[in-house]
Amino acid sequence: MNNEPVAAKKKRSFTIRNPFMLTKRTEGMAGYKSWGIRLIALLLAIVVCGLITLLITGLNPFDVYSTMFRGNFGTARKTWVVLKDMAILLCVSLAVTPAFKMRFWNIGGEGQILVGALATSACMILLGDKLPAALLIPIMFIAALAAGAIWGIIPAFFKAYWRTNETLFTLMMNYVALQLVSFFIIVWEVPKGAGQIGIINQSSMAGWLPWVGGQQYLLNVIIVAVLTALVYVYLKYTKHGYEISVVGESERTAKYIGIKVPKVLIRTMALSGALCALAGFLKVAGTDHTLTTTITEGYGFTAVMVSWMANFNPIAMIFTTFIIVFLDKGAGEIASIFRLNQSFSEILTGIILFFIIGCEFFIRYKISLRHSETKEA
Amino acid sequence: MIESDVAVALRGITKIFGKTVANHKVSLDIKRGEVLAILGENGSGKTTLMNALAGIYAPDEGHIYINGEEVEITSPRIAFSYGIGMIHQHFKLVDVLTAAENIILGLKEPGGMNLKKVGLRVEEICEAYGFDLNPQKKVYDMSVSEKQTLEIVKVLYRGADILILDEPTAVLTPQETNKLFAVLKNMREDGKAIVIITHKLHEVMEISDRVAVLRKGEYIGEIQTSKTNPQELTNMMVGRAVSLNIDRPEPQNRELRIEVKNLNVVSEDGIQKLKDVSFQAFSGEILGIAGISGSGQKELLEAIAGLQKASSGEILFINDDGTSENLIGRNPVAIAQKGITLSFVPEDRLGMGLVGNMDLSDNMMLRSYRKGSGPFTDRKSPHALAERVVEELSVMTPSIETPVRRLSGGNVQKVLVGREISLSPRVLLTAYAVRGLDINSSYTIYDLLNRQKALGVAVIYVGEDLDVLLELCDRILVLCAGHVTGVVDGRSITKEEVGLLMTQHGKEEAADE
Repeated sequence: MNNEPVAAKKKRSFTIRNPFMLTKRTEGMAGYKSWGIRLIALLLAIVVCGLITLLITGLNPFDVYSTMFRGNFGTARKTWVVLKDMAILLCVSLAVTPAFKMRFWNIGGEGQILVGALATSACMILLGDKLPAALLIPIMFIAALAAGAIWGIIPAFFKAYWRTNETLFTLMMNYVALQLVSFFIIVWEVPKGAGQIGIINQSSMAGWLPWVGGQQYLLNVIIVAVLTALVYVYLKYTKHGYEISVVGESERTAKYIGIKVPKVLIRTMALSGALCALAGFLKVAGTDHTLTTTITEGYGFTAVMVSWMANFNPIAMIFTTFIIVFLDKGAGEIASIFRLNQSFSEILTGIILFFIIGCEFFIRYKISLRHSETKEA
Repeated sequence: MIESDVAVALRGITKIFGKTVANHKVSLDIKRGEVLAILGENGSGKTTLMNALAGIYAPDEGHIYINGEEVEITSPRIAFSYGIGMIHQHFKLVDVLTAAENIILGLKEPGGMNLKKVGLRVEEICEAYGFDLNPQKKVYDMSVSEKQTLEIVKVLYRGADILILDEPTAVLTPQETNKLFAVLKNMREDGKAIVIITHKLHEVMEISDRVAVLRKGEYIGEIQTSKTNPQELTNMMVGRAVSLNIDRPEPQNRELRIEVKNLNVVSEDGIQKLKDVSFQAFSGEILGIAGISGSGQKELLEAIAGLQKASSGEILFINDDGTSENLIGRNPVAIAQKGITLSFVPEDRLGMGLVGNMDLSDNMMLRSYRKGSGPFTDRKSPHALAERVVEELSVMTPSIETPVRRLSGGNVQKVLVGREISLSPRVLLTAYAVRGLDINSSYTIYDLLNRQKALGVAVIYVGEDLDVLLELCDRILVLCAGHVTGVVDGRSITKEEVGLLMTQHGKEEAADE
């Protein structure tokens, strides 16, 4: 039995299987270093995108990039549109963040935005000519937030008491909200048979949010900026925020110190749903003044990525929101200017996101060469 | 250079995990007809070294010789082909199969599967060495000690003549340990090479012929067991002289603090975890709780702490003026609101007592964050408390802002115990407070418990090491399958008597039937 020839013949004392060794960085990385890596990733992404543009379309990459930039900041109007979209996306991202910190995977942002938009529209349509603006707008606001909170509480309640899977549940709730909105669009369609609502209260402008400083979108931007600070403080400095972290890290620890886990789950999801609905409110009352089934623009899902990329930090979310919106606007611009189809610009967006997200790997892990001592062989 | 009775020779074995050097140039001989004990504290690299021999890890450097021939062991299968069999701390058995089926699992024997023949071989092996094993029994019906027997028979069946046992007695009662040692001695007489990995000194003295000591991955030295004593071995293991006696002052101002009456606990899946448990705990004393793991220790402590629902019974907290409060049906917050400070050091330190990803300061806050009426948390006093705990208990940590999961086991436990003690508790519950800790940290914890005892705290200490329970505790309550089988005096009882109580309940029941 001991005459295994295969093993005995080998003289080397060890075999190298993989020359690289991955080590998790236990001490974390200095801030400037990690931002340096992200910057390098972004530059690499731009280079790779440039090469691909050159190879596939034969266009000058610098022209393409400057077009992307102009798509965002070419005119004051374009800049305001960027800010408008950033405000809504950031609002939804802030909304899903408390849930994510609690490890409650709320991917029901879409549905929560929709019910918020629906409640806002309902108030505008049904009460628009009956109440003064000073009363109507607060009612719209409260109705929207309440609707979103209910949409958040339902899956939280089932998770808290019957351990249902929140990912599937919140996803399903999106479809319910979508069908509700479709139904009411038919109920309120103008004119009958048009299949759409059109601009609500176009002549009276009842329930429209006021312009601030002569700018239509500035109020939304201000509201979301304040919200960013509030969410940051809420998560970092309040008792509620602390409870959310503890429940997210370990439910057993939470129980051990007497936190009522179901209560925290439901409360946090009520907040998350309400803030998503706030985005719906801002969209309907502040910018769109109409209700459609596509009013969310997929932000309920995009926000998941924004929140993760920012590592659930509300301040960092300002930057991740900007990246997403910038790429989206830039992609649309090059598609129209160079008559490329939308797919090409989405390829570029994909490459850039791949580099930006992929570089986190190098921030979390250290890669080194395996120790080798060949002289003993 | 290698003597003829040497079965395995390790030369210059080095194994590195990331930045941690688990083994550094360790050289060692394993001889036939001898029991070698590998002694070292947790994290000293004992298991890593033996895993290299069993084909679990390939060493980064070094040479392994078997019967004088250099070999390369890259998988457990190759290890088997050289006659090396390792019995791991966590058994690797298939629950729904019988003993015989587990034994031949993965073997390619000529002539197909013949369970009858396997059964006969198994019986032969059992007879030769004095094992007690029924080949037809299903694994899920087996006790821990039977499973271990099965693991040993399994490797013998496969022709192993070099056996490595990793902490084999950790899960056994004293009686079962004696049985295991008798079997090991028989195997030694048969000329097999046996290695036992352990950190328990009295076992080294009892069973081994030779001891090799590892410390922080380094080979410290080896010595004939007959020429050494526990004190010398400890000094080798720790690297300097340590006192091995645990202090046990007489209880002062002993007063009834906790009275448990007919407590019954049924788990969520309907299993009776505690049955009619009644006992008393007094201030100024340490009450030990002994029992095989899973006998209801966890449920008992959690019931007192307000974390486990009781189906019936009473848990009374007795105030100084003689009035009492029933703790049943109250959660930890409600208990604290009654003015009862009850501290609990749970078994699962990072999964329950602390949050691994949070830093020291935030972990201190777990107990205090509700203080104050506003919506904001007070971050200054937990930070100050963290600094005090680090200072007073000499916690080794890079900073207060370090996540606790990065600390070593002993330091994690100091943070947890430090926080719990800072509440100035009337009752202190601890579960396996020194599990996985090195000798030094263990003694720090014993000292802290004794200090609490001197302050008049009723300390309840759930332990697994009977030697420690017998040296530290004033009284010992023994649990067996959820029943109290005895409350005995820690000063006069012997280990064997406690061991009997730990297994008594099942036997009584069997006799009744």
